[in-house]
Amino acid sequence: MLTTPFHERTSAANETGLWSHWAGHLVVTKYQINEKVEYFALRNAAGVLDTSALFKYRIYGRDAERLLSGVLARDIRKCRPGKAQYTMWCDDRGFLIEDGVVLRTSSDEFLLTSAEPNLAYLESMIGGDQAAVEDITDHYGILAVQGPASRTILSALVPEVEDLSFFALTPAKIGDASVIISRTGYTGDLGYEIWADAADATDVWDAVTAAGTGRGLLPYGSQVMHMARIEAGLLLIDVDYQTSRFAWIDEQRATPIELGYGWMFKRLDRDDRAFVGRGAIERELADGSSRFRLVGLDIDWRSYQRAHLDVGLPPTKDHVPVEWAMMVYDDAKRVIGHASSFLYSPLLQRHIAIARLSPSLAAPGTRVRIEVTINNLNYLVDAATRRLPFFNPARKTA
Amino acid sequence: MPKRTSYDAIVIGGGHNGLVNGAYLAKEGLDTLILEKRHLVGGAAITEELYPGFQFTTFSYALSLLRPDIIQDLDLVSHGFMILPMPHSFAPMENGDYLLTGPDRYLNHREIARHSARDAERLEEYEHLQDMVVQAVKPLMDSIPPNLYSKEPEELARMVALGRHLGSLDHAVLHELVRFLTGSAADILDDYFETDILKGLLASSGIIGSNLGPRSQGSGLVLLYHRMGEYDGLFGTWGFHKGGTGGFTQVLAKAAEAFGAEIVTDAPVAEVVTSNGKATGVMLDDGIELDASIVVSALDPRRTFFELVDRRELPTDLVDSVERMKFTGTAAKVNFALDGLPRYPAMGDREDHFRGFINIAPSMDYIEHAFDEGKYGWYSANPYIDATLQSVVDPDMAPPGKHVMSCFVQYAPYHLRESDWDTERDRFGDIVQATLERFFPGFGDLVLHREIVTPLDIERTVGLTQGDIFAGAFLAPQMYFFRPAPGWNQYRTPIDGYYQCGSGTHPGGGVIGGPGKLAASQIINDRRAAE
Repeated sequence: MLTTPFHERTSAANETGLWSHWAGHLVVTKYQINEKVEYFALRNAAGVLDTSALFKYRIYGRDAERLLSGVLARDIRKCRPGKAQYTMWCDDRGFLIEDGVVLRTSSDEFLLTSAEPNLAYLESMIGGDQAAVEDITDHYGILAVQGPASRTILSALVPEVEDLSFFALTPAKIGDASVIISRTGYTGDLGYEIWADAADATDVWDAVTAAGTGRGLLPYGSQVMHMARIEAGLLLIDVDYQTSRFAWIDEQRATPIELGYGWMFKRLDRDDRAFVGRGAIERELADGSSRFRLVGLDIDWRSYQRAHLDVGLPPTKDHVPVEWAMMVYDDAKRVIGHASSFLYSPLLQRHIAIARLSPSLAAPGTRVRIEVTINNLNYLVDAATRRLPFFNPARKTA
Repeated sequence: MPKRTSYDAIVIGGGHNGLVNGAYLAKEGLDTLILEKRHLVGGAAITEELYPGFQFTTFSYALSLLRPDIIQDLDLVSHGFMILPMPHSFAPMENGDYLLTGPDRYLNHREIARHSARDAERLEEYEHLQDMVVQAVKPLMDSIPPNLYSKEPEELARMVALGRHLGSLDHAVLHELVRFLTGSAADILDDYFETDILKGLLASSGIIGSNLGPRSQGSGLVLLYHRMGEYDGLFGTWGFHKGGTGGFTQVLAKAAEAFGAEIVTDAPVAEVVTSNGKATGVMLDDGIELDASIVVSALDPRRTFFELVDRRELPTDLVDSVERMKFTGTAAKVNFALDGLPRYPAMGDREDHFRGFINIAPSMDYIEHAFDEGKYGWYSANPYIDATLQSVVDPDMAPPGKHVMSCFVQYAPYHLRESDWDTERDRFGDIVQATLERFFPGFGDLVLHREIVTPLDIERTVGLTQGDIFAGAFLAPQMYFFRPAPGWNQYRTPIDGYYQCGSGTHPGGGVIGGPGKLAASQIINDRRAAE
């Protein structure tokens, strides 16, 4: 397995010996025996996460913007230098290939992260544009610094962070290291991500953890990352959707609109770009032909509790995410969709799920039932649909 | 100053049960006013900045017993409810060794086995059986107990349901339940364990807030009660609320207000106004009268029945019962602002042992000896201490690198032989500090500030009679059917429209919310029945 530029530090901090594989890299599953300590450090103070395993691309050249305008479904021209954008790219049938965050470091340079390799795909789109794509995956370590205290901690090192707005980025110095800091993340909270040259990564880690001393900052592993992203209603590839590239059947595929990102196309009438999937997206918008909608589910505590007590078991509150399908039914016990992510949120003090439901049943507040396994039998427990995200504190964008 | 002079319901006392009660009543649509005598709500669950930058949980300091339904019903999360886990338990020993348990079963097994391999295995059996007992008792805890003296069909039905429930229990669980309810902590723990340090740790839950030693009959009940809680489905575990228990009661206040309740502080109530055996409102100390057909006292039974109303209006048997009710203030707090983390030599530079509770009770004998002194009217020379460094769990409690340490201390009897607490306060604080110094050498050098809270201070500030933290001791004759008094265990009083919802009512003390919630359901039921 590959290791990340922070490996020396993450392995020293990993008290459990548990590792996960992420895009060929060793990453810490959980640092502490009780991962809820990491989780609450993140939710109550601050946490650091090594996200270096992501694929990273540098797209540059006179026509870099033109290239990305044609590839990305969201209008990249609206992303000025010094800003970042959450974006998606689709195939020509409007099905999602992937989602990721793009940083615009200058008028003609972009940094894109993705979960899967995309170099050949991006290069195949260059055509006659004066643009190039470089795989810089191994050049950088990325350290996410997230949570309510993240601004206080980071601004002690980098004063510019104090005024960095949501989805803005800035070049900065941490000690001698030149870094890029963006106000982005995967937790739904106030937070930042630091791009550091691989050679500087451990120095940056040391500086950040030193600044967090006494302020409750702890490193968190992939398990807590998954918990936080469900609360934040953020998508995970191969869980909430599959890339269209490797799907066998269309039921496995999803469009941005079906996944709840129709807002990216609000101004499509004023957007003259020809981008991959545009025609299909326009048709879907016009015909209302979405097959499902991604929504949140609040599981009814009393119903969940009753189902357990009826068989003599205390109700469980397990914060370990269930990231496989759980069926969702209507009152007549007809299948109306499935939940792709489910967990008990210690922050929200309830069970929540991200689910795909028929569009007609996706309106917030619709009563549905979710199938849970209790005592090796399936039980239908009451739930109500809601808008994502579950967790959306004002400080995230403030 | 209240906004109006007339309400549907007035709750006297803005402690956590008063807030819970007021929130439920407001949620039901009642125009509700909550009156608090102090400048802040919370009662015995408050957080105060008594030293610049340091947040002190003056009295109550941890959360576990809070009934989980309340979190859902009152939508507390949207108002800031957040329990921070405290997964460790650290028990220092006289010889410098220790017992440190944490979140991993097998590491705990190893650690306990250092002291006794037999105890290590039996601990899990013991805890499982205890959890089964707890699960059996929970339905009783979360419902209004039957009125033993009523022949109403509804009450007979409640008795039958209770009988059925007990009859449905596993026989071993039922017998164990009786042992807990009637026996001593030592009786039970001696059956299972041989190690002093483990028994000292476990027995501590049997004496909290009670004028009992581990060998006293009745300490089993207190032991069981402290296992009745949970957070996030982990039975018997205790956690810390963001910003302390005061942070929690601020959340409750916001929830109550969000449902439309009005909260007025600095508004001490002089008396409940009655007319023809019915409550019609309250009169404040400053003479202002407020009308309401429902008046709820969140104060303890003595104040509810003897101070807020005229005892001559009450039946003699109730007056006698409340007169006889035992209030046994025996717990004190000493809270410290520290310049850094204390050091336990055997732990070196580790800090994980501070992510939970520090239990100073190296053996059951240690606690029993501490009780001996309390029994005869003096504070313990070697006190039992339940300490937590809350700023390790929630860094916002103290400036970076500094810490607050809450110490719950026993025994500190309310009635001191041949002296009084105003005279003894500092000497008592010195004893607690010296005890900590013995286990954590150099502790004294870290102390920036200390706050000593005696039972007398609890009574003066919070209004709990004799500083009894449970608002009436946890003794079998004062629980369930009999809390606070036989025949008056359903939140009503002999005065029509006057209710009680404090910790002196079922299910009892601790930051539990059950009394406030169940009282609200009784009030709402009575109101519907009357309509």
